[in-house]
Amino acid sequence: MIRFESVTKEYPDGTIAVNELSLTAPTGKITVLVGPSGCGKTTSLRMINRMIEPTGGRILVDDRDTSTIDSAELRRGIGYVIQHAGLFPHRTIVANIATVPLLLGWDRAKATSRALELMERVGLPQSFAKRFPSQLSGGQQQRVGVARALAADPPVMLMDEPFSAVDPIVRDQLQEEFLRLQGEIGKTIVFVTHDIDEAIKLGDQVAVLRVGGTLAQLAAPEELLARPVDDFVADFVGRDRGYRTLGFRSAAFPTRAEPTIRLGADPSDARAATADPWVLVLDEQDHPLGWVERERLDGPVNREALHRGGTVAPTDGSLRQALDAALSAPSGRGVIVGPDGVFVGTVRARDLIEPIEASAGHQRVSTPEGVGVVSESKAD
Amino acid sequence: MDWFTSHLDDVWELLVTHAYLAGVPLLIGLLIALPLGWLARRFSWAYPPLIVGTGLLYTLPSLAVFILLPGILGTRILDPVNVLVAMTVYTVALLVRTVADGLGAIPDDVRLAANAMGYRPIRRLLGVELPLAVPVISAGLRVAAVSNVSIVSVAAIIGVAQLGSLFTDGFNRDFFPPIITGIVACGVLSLVFDIVIVVVTRLLTPWTRARTAS
Repeated sequence: MIRFESVTKEYPDGTIAVNELSLTAPTGKITVLVGPSGCGKTTSLRMINRMIEPTGGRILVDDRDTSTIDSAELRRGIGYVIQHAGLFPHRTIVANIATVPLLLGWDRAKATSRALELMERVGLPQSFAKRFPSQLSGGQQQRVGVARALAADPPVMLMDEPFSAVDPIVRDQLQEEFLRLQGEIGKTIVFVTHDIDEAIKLGDQVAVLRVGGTLAQLAAPEELLARPVDDFVADFVGRDRGYRTLGFRSAAFPTRAEPTIRLGADPSDARAATADPWVLVLDEQDHPLGWVERERLDGPVNREALHRGGTVAPTDGSLRQALDAALSAPSGRGVIVGPDGVFVGTVRARDLIEPIEASAGHQRVSTPEGVGVVSESKAD
Repeated sequence: MDWFTSHLDDVWELLVTHAYLAGVPLLIGLLIALPLGWLARRFSWAYPPLIVGTGLLYTLPSLAVFILLPGILGTRILDPVNVLVAMTVYTVALLVRTVADGLGAIPDDVRLAANAMGYRPIRRLLGVELPLAVPVISAGLRVAAVSNVSIVSVAAIIGVAQLGSLFTDGFNRDFFPPIITGIVACGVLSLVFDIVIVVVTRLLTPWTRARTAS
């Protein structure tokens, strides 16, 4: 657990970067610090491992006041991932990852085997071990950065915009992998970003900071979307909050039976299966592949004929995924799969409205004061 | 050519002395320039005096230094130590800026990462900053090596024997073969120094040649 107690950072010229910040980053959870530039989020992060010294208040890591710990020792016990990875260009990948274990005095063989183990953990092939950072792509370098931070198995990790310098597709992939990894390792993580979508996606709790280094709101992502405390937070959280909140809600919804055909089926099979212009194609394992337009078929169904637009939602997923599947399907029927990826049925957008309203109503009931949900602010 | 073949042993001996007088100061000068360059980079107030001060040293006329040093050091005029000290001064003059700039050229995020990993300053210097500054320092060292080989020859005027002695000898006798031999030998020696520095640099910096293999 990391606790900020009225932490202030004032520079000699009188600039206040962080002002009386108090918050707790709970053990095993991801706490995201988010805000516009100048809000002191990175300063706050760097005060945790004393790369920047606070001028007021104190920070406790697992109930130890960090100012009483030797700064180098403190840092070796805290993983740190920075933007652009900041790998050592003159060291091989395996040596980069082994940095902190070697600083801690592990013997070389143990540090190396630990580094190789971590490469596998973050999805890097062992053949990269002897390469230099310049031989890796940005996304791969960032994976090395994460592995390096984890090398000595620190209970706490600090991440400073780790995914903001890679392209959106790679970023998405890194975020997914990061969440999966965190599911396995359960570190106490403080994560800094300027991207509210990233904050909402990754955070167990999100601290929105405003310029001048004060805390505007500290809340779980769905809470932040549903009930921003003021105009600043509402503006910052941005548009489509109601829709984005659905990403955190799940509810039972009815699925309908759907006629399907297999890959390789003849146009006559498609016509026999349904009278609808669109028919769903499954593979041999009953995994949905895509929709085909019945009238356009002029031979056996092949992959080229498949419509690629529709998304697929799992039965145990969020209402947002289900609604998106319905809205994106050319047939208007969202494809729903079980946990094993096997086709279950389809759902129409109209069938989802009731569960959505019910879940929103549930939210209203759970909060007597009802702020935010009822009174939308000017952002929309 | 006849003169050269008949004086092969003499020329070789002069060459070895020349290499010694130019080479040893290169190493000592580097060892002195490293901490000075680090100081200049570490404390911003130290940068101007160190860089300007050491830079000025290079403008001292070599002949004057060779003549004045025995008085300052209390050595005899023919003592090779005078030459070694003078050449060390010139090496330092060239290398302090190079070392400071080499250390200054290290990317901020690398330095930041080193701090965040828990490096203490000395280990960070030796383990991260110096290795990364090698290419820049090496470039400065190559200039200093050529400069040393050239300046050492001036010491022939005060009577310290090395390849420069071939120039004074040829000049006194109005006889060209030794002069040409001396010029060629100086060139060869510079080339050898350069090759040694390049090879050592390559061995120290495998990462600079690593290109995307995948």
